[in-house]
Amino acid sequence: MGDGQTLGSPHRGGTLRLTASSSGGTLDPQINYTSEYAQLFTVLYDGLLNFRKADDRTSDEVVPDLAETVPQPEDGGRTWRFTLRQGVRFSTGQEVTVADVAASIRRLFRVGSPTAGSFYGAIVGADICLRDPAHCTLAGGLKVDPATREVVFHLSQPDAEFPQKLAFPHASILPANMPDHDLGNVPAPTTGPYRFISYDPDRGAVLERNPFFHVWSADAQPDGYADHIRYDFGLPDEAAVTAVENGQYDWMFDMKPLDRLGELGARHTRQVHLRSLYGFYYVPMNVNIPPFNNRMARQAVNRALDRRAMTILYGGAAVAGPLCTMVPPGISGALDECAHTVGADPDHPAPSWREADLEGARRLVTASGTAGQKVTVVVQNTAVEMSMGVWLRNMLQAIGYDASVKPLAHSVQLGYIQNTSNHVQISLSDWFADYPSASNFLDDLFGCENFHPGTDNSINIAGYCNKEAQAAMDAAKQETDPARAAELWAQAGRIITRDSPAAPAIRINYIDLVSSRLGNYFYTDLYHMIFSQVWIQ
Amino acid sequence: MTAPTASSSLSAPRPAGPWRRAGRRLARDRAAMVALAVLLAVTAACLLAPVYARDVAHTDPFTSNVAGSVTIDGRSVDIMQPNDNPLHLGLSPIGPTWHASADLLGADSQGRDLAARLLYGGRTSLLISFCAAALCIVLAAIVGIVAGYAGGIVDAVLSRIMDIMWAVPVYLFAISLSIVTVSQGLKLGPVAIASDNLLIPICIIALVYVPYAARPVRGRVMSLRRAEFVTAARALGVPGYRIVLRDILPNVTGTLVVLAPLMMALAMMAESALSFLSIGVQAPGASWGTIIEDGEGLIYTRPMVAIAPGLAIVIVVLALNVLGDGMRDALDVRDSGRERA
Repeated sequence: MGDGQTLGSPHRGGTLRLTASSSGGTLDPQINYTSEYAQLFTVLYDGLLNFRKADDRTSDEVVPDLAETVPQPEDGGRTWRFTLRQGVRFSTGQEVTVADVAASIRRLFRVGSPTAGSFYGAIVGADICLRDPAHCTLAGGLKVDPATREVVFHLSQPDAEFPQKLAFPHASILPANMPDHDLGNVPAPTTGPYRFISYDPDRGAVLERNPFFHVWSADAQPDGYADHIRYDFGLPDEAAVTAVENGQYDWMFDMKPLDRLGELGARHTRQVHLRSLYGFYYVPMNVNIPPFNNRMARQAVNRALDRRAMTILYGGAAVAGPLCTMVPPGISGALDECAHTVGADPDHPAPSWREADLEGARRLVTASGTAGQKVTVVVQNTAVEMSMGVWLRNMLQAIGYDASVKPLAHSVQLGYIQNTSNHVQISLSDWFADYPSASNFLDDLFGCENFHPGTDNSINIAGYCNKEAQAAMDAAKQETDPARAAELWAQAGRIITRDSPAAPAIRINYIDLVSSRLGNYFYTDLYHMIFSQVWIQ
Repeated sequence: MTAPTASSSLSAPRPAGPWRRAGRRLARDRAAMVALAVLLAVTAACLLAPVYARDVAHTDPFTSNVAGSVTIDGRSVDIMQPNDNPLHLGLSPIGPTWHASADLLGADSQGRDLAARLLYGGRTSLLISFCAAALCIVLAAIVGIVAGYAGGIVDAVLSRIMDIMWAVPVYLFAISLSIVTVSQGLKLGPVAIASDNLLIPICIIALVYVPYAARPVRGRVMSLRRAEFVTAARALGVPGYRIVLRDILPNVTGTLVVLAPLMMALAMMAESALSFLSIGVQAPGASWGTIIEDGEGLIYTRPMVAIAPGLAIVIVVLALNVLGDGMRDALDVRDSGRERA
């Protein structure tokens, strides 16, 4: 089935049953920013480009999807010229046209997509669209020609990662007549192998085959095996594990509870899949309020953070490992060194993390003059993160602070810690790459443009802005030579490591649990299990 | 004539007071004595928690120790142990070692000594339940005596307030109050109580159980108000407050004393429930309820973390109920009423 077709396969058919503890928010693929729905959208929607659907490292590569090819940039990286495929239809039967492409890219700004500025802000005219979304035209930045099916993007500055950004679900192509507001619970017509039959955020979604789908690129969007996909919401994680073990569901979205890992590894070995993930846990520290407006205080936390303990709390070496830098290993630009461990410092980093340096941390806290200050760690109230939060509180007390933990519900914690009005000093958060690039970690989390005081949409949680680091990151984003870009990212990474606006804690792996009847487990780094490619008969 | 009389009067044994006789009756109640012994033993063990943690277990039960180890029979054993499965998935805290110096009952998910935490948690649970029961009894006595003695509009208002409080399920009431106070603490004019202060669960638990204790007190006071000695005192012009203090209060003391262990048992269960829901005792403090909460995530791998505090609650609550029954039998309210009258 290398051509992406499933017709005639003995594995074609059946209903794939999925479960999650809750829905993932809006169904608008240009707005939703959750991994839960990105995984679903990848079998529903297509962009001009896509990430390869391959069960290996090549899944990080960008391949043409609705565009015929991945073009080479022109004009020193400022112009990208695409040709739209012919004959692709939406699930309504309507053919995808360049007008749909133009409207979809403009809609990104009109609906206030969370990545409109950070991903697509380089398009000429984007600055006007960001200021006045309702009248966004992207004049001069986006040109289409219906006769030749050509779509041309003009950028105000080179962007080496523009193809990855166009492959991200926010750049999905929707019909031109989609409203300029969040679709909420109303699904948009799809181009992928499935379409919605029904959706209720309290109960679940039911998908069926898109009758207008045909395989135009096996790499970007292969056909699906299951006839139907039923995604139920509301089952808590513990119950979901039992349900998948018993074959009542084929797959569960939520993290597997720590107390069930032993049982899963012992009794359901063949149903468990351990895969790598471009993600980590880290400890952002607010650089604008005491005590972490003092660099020595932040460095103290970095030195005291016992990454081994955090690994244990997350589930052990099989699912996590110590992390010393803010770009996880395996990504170009990641630093292969550790500045904050016993016997090392930012000027003399060790090759890897050795152990926590509590004595050194205490000295730094004393020298900073912040000892004895009240510090509150804000964490999610899930079991794993509460455990880590309790550990962090103990660590902060051990180095001289009067520490406490504030657990918040999963649904509110991320917004709460981003908003400067809440005066969060230190928190625990996870972060996953939208695509494998150092920019997804350094620029997103520490870029000056991602600090928006007083809003819940300020992913630079630390409120960090260093002109020298920003200049290196800006240069790296425009650099088309991968080696030079990696050097620039490493340069920015070292500045950030020295300033310590956050303490990297652990890199994590992905644990998937599937039913015993599910075959052809198919995983990509960015979207995890691909629903269209697994067999349930 | 007078001398022999006086002599016989002096040599005659003085009749034992009602409290002394109640004490003797209670002492003859074996079940109540066993319950009292159990309670004293548990209390003593909990009071010795710092000694156990420092000198026996050599551990700080409030500090995470996930990367630590203990020595058992000369061998160093990691506190968090890899699960025995082909995928090496997950770790579990060490189970009971039955070595007092090395995690006797095992460790919790933070690698902390469960036995030491159990003793420290017991101190908190016993303190809260004792203080909450005492406060509840005092409030109930005030409300019950005022309502029962004053009667009329005062009784009607207080009784309706008690009825409204009674109508709300007690745990729902306590949870609602706790959720508000646990997030913001409590501010009463110039007095501010932090959200992690034990006074908050104590006050909440005491408050929600006031109607349960005030009702029997009110009923007893209403019957005493019509008693001959009270009528006589009134006829002699004794002020109302003196009648309450000298005649009413001593006669409801038995009722209050009988209620005390039962209220303490109820308070302990309420505290455990609130702490289990994370709205009672706040970290880094520990109570038996918070330890059960810690054990919830380990129920499949280390059930002892939840079972041990659960068992402790069962034992203490059972002992309090048995002791309460014994005290009720020993301090029969009708007897004391006859004696005083």
